[in-house]
Amino acid sequence: MADTSTIRNRKGPVTYVMRFGVIGYLAILVVWPLYEVTARTFAPLERGAEGGFGAFLERLQDPSVTYAFQLTATCAFWAVLINTVFGVGISLLLVRYQFPGRRILSVLVDLPMSVSPVVVGLALVLAYSSGQGWFGEALESAGIFIIGTTPGLIMATAFVSLPLVVREIVPVLEEIGIDAELAASSLGANGWQTFRRITLPSIKWAVVYGVVLSMARSLGEFGAVKIVSPGAEFRGETATILIQNRYTNYEEPTAYAAAFVLVLASVLALVVVSLIRKPEDHK
Amino acid sequence: MTEVLVKPAGPARTSSRPSGLFRLTPASGIGLGIALVWFSVLVLLPLAAVVGAAAAGGWGAFWNTLTDAQTFAALRLTVIEAGLVTVVNGILGTVVAWVLVRDQFFGKRILDVVIDIPFALPTIVAGLVLLSLYGPESPVGINIVNTRQGIFLALLFVTLPFVVRTVQPVLIELDADVEEAAASLGASRFTTFRRIILPSLVPAITAGSSLGFARAISEFGSLVLISGNTPYQTEVASLKILKFIEGDNQAGAAAVAVLLLLVAIVTIVILDVVSRRVARRG
Amino acid sequence: MKRVIKAAALAVTGALALTACSSAGGSDSADTIGIYGFAVPQAANEAIADEFNKTDEGKGVKFSGSYGASGEQSRKVADTKGKDVDYVHFSLEGDVTRLVDAGLVDEDWNAGPNKGIVSSSVAVIAVEKGNPLGIKGWEDLTRDDVDVITADPASSGAARWNIMALYTHALSLGQTEAQADEYLKKVFSNVTTWAASGREATEAFKKGVGNVLITYENEAILAKQKGEELDYILPDTTFLIENPGAVLKDADPVATDWLNFVLSDAGQTEFVKKGFRPVGGLDISAIEVDGANDPAAPFPAPSKKLYTIDELGGWKAVTKEWFGKDGEKLRFDNLYAEATKQ
Repeated sequence: MADTSTIRNRKGPVTYVMRFGVIGYLAILVVWPLYEVTARTFAPLERGAEGGFGAFLERLQDPSVTYAFQLTATCAFWAVLINTVFGVGISLLLVRYQFPGRRILSVLVDLPMSVSPVVVGLALVLAYSSGQGWFGEALESAGIFIIGTTPGLIMATAFVSLPLVVREIVPVLEEIGIDAELAASSLGANGWQTFRRITLPSIKWAVVYGVVLSMARSLGEFGAVKIVSPGAEFRGETATILIQNRYTNYEEPTAYAAAFVLVLASVLALVVVSLIRKPEDHK
Repeated sequence: MTEVLVKPAGPARTSSRPSGLFRLTPASGIGLGIALVWFSVLVLLPLAAVVGAAAAGGWGAFWNTLTDAQTFAALRLTVIEAGLVTVVNGILGTVVAWVLVRDQFFGKRILDVVIDIPFALPTIVAGLVLLSLYGPESPVGINIVNTRQGIFLALLFVTLPFVVRTVQPVLIELDADVEEAAASLGASRFTTFRRIILPSLVPAITAGSSLGFARAISEFGSLVLISGNTPYQTEVASLKILKFIEGDNQAGAAAVAVLLLLVAIVTIVILDVVSRRVARRG
Repeated sequence: MKRVIKAAALAVTGALALTACSSAGGSDSADTIGIYGFAVPQAANEAIADEFNKTDEGKGVKFSGSYGASGEQSRKVADTKGKDVDYVHFSLEGDVTRLVDAGLVDEDWNAGPNKGIVSSSVAVIAVEKGNPLGIKGWEDLTRDDVDVITADPASSGAARWNIMALYTHALSLGQTEAQADEYLKKVFSNVTTWAASGREATEAFKKGVGNVLITYENEAILAKQKGEELDYILPDTTFLIENPGAVLKDADPVATDWLNFVLSDAGQTEFVKKGFRPVGGLDISAIEVDGANDPAAPFPAPSKKLYTIDELGGWKAVTKEWFGKDGEKLRFDNLYAEATKQ
């Protein structure tokens, strides 16, 4: 298609100014700072701190750091699992079914992405903390504690990444239409068979893509978990909270090491996403 | 070929002209019930609790909190900074998208990935990343800690992908014929851009900008390490909420939170309207 | 092929999650002491914990510490009804009182000979290395070339001690209440950063957003131990800071052993090494305190007067007069609003 457009391919000075302007802008805003973090991870500025890959690994093997990453992984795992099940279900309902309030629900589902993380944390505390939450007393008498425990962290994480899966699936579902599903059910397939044989294969990549995105978002959640977490070593200190705690407690090298791991994870997620996107687009 | 990580809220919506809708069967009805319960427990009830806490002191207390000189200054600063960032993003984001779509050069694919990094990066790490280059031990001698420029930079960083990713697909889809026609009729490249291309980009730019604006208003993590919380100077709304929470003033925190919630809802509704209008026209 | 990759990925995440669950569960075992503390005593408490582990009572005991702004920490304990928390160490008495009111701490927590106090320090002025501005005392904080960093009294205990130090300085000059207010306002208008906690104030100072930091003496000493470029000045009048510690009602019994150890000479010695002034009659002549202005005589008395909270009628009275809750504006809040108004 590009061959036909001669106009578009004409290159003037403006093209070059814009090209290098954009490269420069991104370099200053993103690339250089990222480079600097990497540099500080392996060659800390802190007095007396050791540099190099060995020291980096050693910092990560500190039990409280491993705990933080494990907790982050647990929260992300459950949050993504819940979001995937919820996301697939609600997308099907929103696109395929007619019920009152459908339009409002489809708008509301998007809300969590736009709510400030601090507000998310505050909201969960005001609803579920034993001390002052609306349902705190009732939950406490049932022996359930949400704020300050892992379930609370999972809820905070699930809240902020809720719409990511839905956003991926809905457009795909709309595009594929319902003809195949109707055909399948007219041939006697039940709902579950239709879903498994017809619907699921066609939204497969959208689901995977949504999962990767939710994963990236969940691993890095900070604001909401900071409010609901006790933030103590071995008790509620997730990787992102650990970064802040260590940074403010004279342990910058550890903070940078943990930050670098999260940078790697998010870049990895981006690469995975771009690999997934490719086969899908070539279809 | 582009990876659209950040989508405008539009595509998540169901279109207004459904391709065919089933009636709820018992099974799907139960599914809907479970989904609604979970959604309420996770999102709606907590948010209602925030509104409840803000309303607990009555309208007067709510109003007093928001008009308190310091809180108001924080809100104003948040809106001004977010507005500035949105304007810059609206322009630079479009330029970036343009270069990524229309220009061909070595390393373009890398740039394409770089755009998404701010979105995928944990916000606290984003703060740390910016501090390592523009912080107290900056190799280039710039210290943005506790300055409005610092807040501006942090917001610019975290909202980078929004406009780019909404404009990019539209640019790709744009029909070359119209541009050719305009050029053959003697229009300059600038005229072509202004008259032909820009109008079709406007909905995408608006959508991306409002997403970026909503994000900037509510941004927290990346500012924690950068903003110094100086009242009237560098205190933004989300940090003000944190301060209220830490100072055990839940009503105050809830009042500011409700305001941010309102902004979020208004943004979403605007996006919904814009995307529907575009969908109708297209 | 794809299926294999997917299955593998799932298995790995699942395994990760499982190990995390088991380890998260494991840390809640009976002999873990959960500590909630204000921002600055983390290093000291960790050092004491190491010593405690060497005793018979403390063998094998694990610790899990959460540190942050005193008021915020207290709220979090109250919010979670003290779940998994055994010992609290706050900056202010009021933060423990909140837990007494919530029924989490015994009413007689401060009945012992130490009156509930486990660590103490004084308020000092930290300056850039070499004191380029020539700061000598509280009076200099009103100068135009001074940018003050302090914690915010809304959330931080350190900040309230700081304000009292400033206030009693004005009193020591024989000023009236109105003059004292004027003085405080002048200092407040020089403040560039109201940090959330004492530690975050230090952090802001490190980032160079001001040139004078009001802080705990022990925090300044710790910063010097960590190699930060700063000096500190003990003004001619200052304020005795006393931080309470308490064991929660349904805490693990070993937490009481821990509290006793903290108050013992061995425990206080670790506090002293990290820059705290000792509680009780510990003889510190043999202890060198790294980072103190004079490591051999680390804790000189201020040349004019060391004020205490008792002289002002205790924290209850002071809080009632100065620091409003829930948006209520009292003496401090009004001065602060006027001083920072633009």
